[in-house]
Amino acid sequence: MNDFDIVPLVPEIFMAMMGMGFLLVGVLQGNRATSVLIWASCVMLFITAVLTMNFDWDRPPTMNAMFILDEFAGSMKLIILLGLIASLALSNEYLQQERIARFEYPVIMIFAGIGMMLMVSATNMLSLYMALELQSLSLYVLAAFYRNSLKSAEAASKYFILGALSSGMLLFGISLIYGYSGSIDFATIKTSISGLEQIPPGFIVGMVFLLAGLAFKISAVPFHMWTPDVYQGAPSSVTAFFAIVPKVAAMGLLMRLCLDVFEPATEQWQQILYFLAVASLIVGSFAAIAQDNLKRLMAYSSIGNMGYILIGLVVASPEGAGAVLYFLLIYVFMTAGVFAIILTMRRDGLATVSIGDLAGLSQNNPILAYAMAILMFSLSGIPPLAGFFGKLFIFRAAIEQEFYILAVIGLLASVVAAYYYLRIVKVMFFDEPADKFDNIMGFERRAVLLISTAFVIGYIFAPSLVFDFAMSAVSSLFL
Amino acid sequence: MLVQAFAFYLFAGILVLSALMVITARNPVHSVLFLILGFFNSSGLFVLLGAEFIGMIMVIVYVGAVAVLFLFVVMMLDIDFANLRQGAMQYVPVGIIIGGILLFELVALYTSWHFAPDIAGNLDVPDSGFAEVTNTEALGLVLYTKYVAAFQLAGLILFVAMVGAIVLTHRVRPGVRRQKVSVQQARSPDDVLEIVKVAPKTGV
Repeated sequence: MNDFDIVPLVPEIFMAMMGMGFLLVGVLQGNRATSVLIWASCVMLFITAVLTMNFDWDRPPTMNAMFILDEFAGSMKLIILLGLIASLALSNEYLQQERIARFEYPVIMIFAGIGMMLMVSATNMLSLYMALELQSLSLYVLAAFYRNSLKSAEAASKYFILGALSSGMLLFGISLIYGYSGSIDFATIKTSISGLEQIPPGFIVGMVFLLAGLAFKISAVPFHMWTPDVYQGAPSSVTAFFAIVPKVAAMGLLMRLCLDVFEPATEQWQQILYFLAVASLIVGSFAAIAQDNLKRLMAYSSIGNMGYILIGLVVASPEGAGAVLYFLLIYVFMTAGVFAIILTMRRDGLATVSIGDLAGLSQNNPILAYAMAILMFSLSGIPPLAGFFGKLFIFRAAIEQEFYILAVIGLLASVVAAYYYLRIVKVMFFDEPADKFDNIMGFERRAVLLISTAFVIGYIFAPSLVFDFAMSAVSSLFL
Repeated sequence: MLVQAFAFYLFAGILVLSALMVITARNPVHSVLFLILGFFNSSGLFVLLGAEFIGMIMVIVYVGAVAVLFLFVVMMLDIDFANLRQGAMQYVPVGIIIGGILLFELVALYTSWHFAPDIAGNLDVPDSGFAEVTNTEALGLVLYTKYVAAFQLAGLILFVAMVGAIVLTHRVRPGVRRQKVSVQQARSPDDVLEIVKVAPKTGV
């Protein structure tokens, strides 16, 4: 092995070391160290982000061509770290209030983060699978973190069983691809199918299984059944984490596979993702209408948003891929803001999550109500907020590549979705006020809400900043 | 050659039969015992293939750990498996149809299978060069060199599994008296022992 170069992996190694160190501190200090450890983890993740930024993002694959740090991986890692910091910051106060503040929480989240960061830089089926499992295993534990709640246990066991099933499908797909090409290395797989007149059926079946396994991870319809239950059952701070970060990593993996490795088989995977995109858009928008639980609503909202993101991927152009990354970044900001508000909804010390509880929030707590309204407007894609631009670039990319039907379905779905986003605004501003919330909002949650709303509003003043970031990130996928 | 063919059919036949018995046996303990029989036969198949390391690992890990664990769980927990299985029969037709379709598709796939033209050159670990070493040695040659990153990652996964298992099951119970070794060792006989001389026939 001539490429034994650990430099591109230094951020992950640093995270792993610090995670183990934090665990040691936790073991010695007990659960009262949780709050300090969460803060320390945020600082540590920030340092990791700085480390990641300081490396040269243009390296050949390393460690026997297992991992790569290119423009795409680097940018995705920054988004993942951002989401991790946001969800850790959101967790702190909630864990104390629910009395589930155990010191393992930040540690497991850090390890999930390592898995996700390695996922987006994997260039080998083996490293892909290992990173995916590291991530999934940590997520299963987090879903069950509220041990005394039956719902949480149910959510975790559902997630675990379906997750194991999807991993099985993924592995079966990998084995078929290996059976055809004789390699698990991405570059070799790509050369083994490039220049063929017809992609062999065995390879296509393998690819279908692989994509089905990954579709589960991004909860695209028809592999979405677990999402509402898991989102509802898991502790709210974990739900926030689930909604914000793992989707970004799985999407990064899917983008690298489709746009780079399976590039010679574009026609074949386009059909699959086309179907996934349309189904996710339809289910995501229509099923959310009947929801009364905000966490379930956010679950369907994330399914719908995956539909938009898949449109950007299906078009298989640099513009589409750029739009995907761009949408993901905006989605991270918006979701973090919404969950900052959901986590603040407590009455008499108990968490409430139904939409009816928001009634008349504009009179009880106008600042919270206006922030929520802005985020909901942004999620439904109303200009000039950030969410509008995310959808705009996705649709523009689809129309450029003449995917007119897909763009029309996407537009119609966003009209339907606007109904349930705006219903929340209506409930907050025009319904009879319900009892007041406790209005306890710690510094971290205020900061997350402030940054996310500021981003959503202020985005219009410097749109090219994010857009250039996204476009330069995907440039390494289209060489 | 004849011996090998005979051994293959023996192992494979018993494997299929015992797999069938695992899901049809009424007594769960019998199921687990058939499972162990199945593991032994599949490890025999691996040895026939020349993969003696995997064959032995199969016995050690699956029979030695997994199946024995199953056996313990089955015997310790009083689960009424007959009750659990009730109503499962109504899914049999659907299962057979779906399984049949899948089988048909896979057979169609494998009969029309062809490999990439340059497959021999694609192999990550070339087939040659390992002829004179044993399986174990060959694995050792690549596991800690070419695949060291994946190996370390596997370590992290096991670490998370361990932490997760402790998080989900460990409870701090109040009122549990733990052994405190330092306190035990710091005790001196002078503090806790009193030697009383008792004269005969007087009592204390």
